Amino acid sequence: MDILTPIIIVGAIGLLAGVVLAVASIVMAVPKDEKAEALEAVLPGANCGACGYSGCPGYAAAMAKGEAAPGLCSPGGAAVAAQCGEILGSGAVEMTRKAAMVHCMGSGDNTQEKMVYDGLASCSAAVQLAGGASSCRFGCLGLGDCAAACDYGAVEVCNGVALVDPEKCVACGKCVSACPKGLIHLAPVKPRAVVRCSSCDKGKATMQSCKVGCIGCMKCQKACEFGAVTVKNGLAAVDPEKCTGCGKCAEACPRHIITME
Amino acid sequence: MDAQTIRSLVAIFLAAILTENYVLNKFLGICPFLGVSKKLDTAFGMSCAVTVVMVIATAVTWPIYTYILAPNGLEYLQTLVFILVIAALVQLLETALKKYMPPLYNSLGIYLPLITTNCAVLGVTMLVLEKGAADPSFGYLQSLVNAFGSGIGFLVAMLLFAGVRERLEDCDIPATFQGLPITLVAASLVAVSFLGFNGVVDRLAG
Repeated sequence: MDILTPIIIVGAIGLLAGVVLAVASIVMAVPKDEKAEALEAVLPGANCGACGYSGCPGYAAAMAKGEAAPGLCSPGGAAVAAQCGEILGSGAVEMTRKAAMVHCMGSGDNTQEKMVYDGLASCSAAVQLAGGASSCRFGCLGLGDCAAACDYGAVEVCNGVALVDPEKCVACGKCVSACPKGLIHLAPVKPRAVVRCSSCDKGKATMQSCKVGCIGCMKCQKACEFGAVTVKNGLAAVDPEKCTGCGKCAEACPRHIITME
Repeated sequence: MDAQTIRSLVAIFLAAILTENYVLNKFLGICPFLGVSKKLDTAFGMSCAVTVVMVIATAVTWPIYTYILAPNGLEYLQTLVFILVIAALVQLLETALKKYMPPLYNSLGIYLPLITTNCAVLGVTMLVLEKGAADPSFGYLQSLVNAFGSGIGFLVAMLLFAGVRERLEDCDIPATFQGLPITLVAASLVAVSFLGFNGVVDRLAG
């Protein structure tokens, strides 16, 4: 009979706990948003944060509430955007694919090393020592923090400057935040002009530090018929929305720093 | 409550944080200590969840042991029953938080289920009973204060260690030591430094 007491007591405690949990799950049930669940199932689940939300569940919840537009998911691309639009009942969603772009061409041929850097092979470490070894204080250090951050193998360092393969890029934005110099930006993939420089130095200083850097000569701004190119702080920038990809700014650039994508 | 009781409660609270720290002195709860201490904010969230669960678990298991298990001579069942009760409690807490405090639920979300099988929580509930058996004045209130202090001690250890680890990130660590080895070395150094608190509390409150 001795064995019965423990069995009854443990059984009773277990049963009680089970009943309490069962009751609690009914009493304190949180109504789940069916739309949000369906949306979450469609999203890639990478939780990359490219949409601007904390992860796929956050984005799904925001979409279900109508706070966020479908089509913000870069890794999912057009297919996911269309599925989200279907679930939300808003019909087909147009989605322009984005890709990262490195705004620097300071390769080994165009810039010099201002010192021999022998520290950790990481941009974030190198940048703490006098801003890095590159002769241009705005330029790419070529140590590949962006390439290490990329989960898709889309970023490569060639001859001391990072390069993004737009075919492989899903625009998750990890390289953008990994670059200590802030050289990488996301932009729509379409025929357009890109200023491949981030130097805000005056023309003379840029000429000394880099063979191709933007000197702010304004020729591109004058050449553009659509008002897409503006020069600010000695650096040209192309507005991807306005750019038609005519290529006149690239022809006008004396430094050949504007490239056509 | 007289001054003597309050003084002993303060002594219990401080001892639980400093000299009897569950992580650094008793080496319980090492899994979350190493796993979730990479960043300060996640370490803080985890520790808060552990503190809450420790107090609630003690509040429930103490009466169960004292009024159900002990009178029937079933002390040997405490591990089994406590794990059952703690798991159910954590589940209940999670459901309740989800309903009434969604922001808190979202910030603790992932850590709550992890705590279910955290040995530090089980350790607190069992060790307060040991203390109660050794010292009759160590009752329900003292047990709760001890549990709360243990949670705060866990928080202190986690925050200290998260700070240490964030600094380790920027260090040039030899390849052999990278990752877990240097983390364990750092953990042992923090634990050794905590030994310095031995005796401090007794003198403060004694």
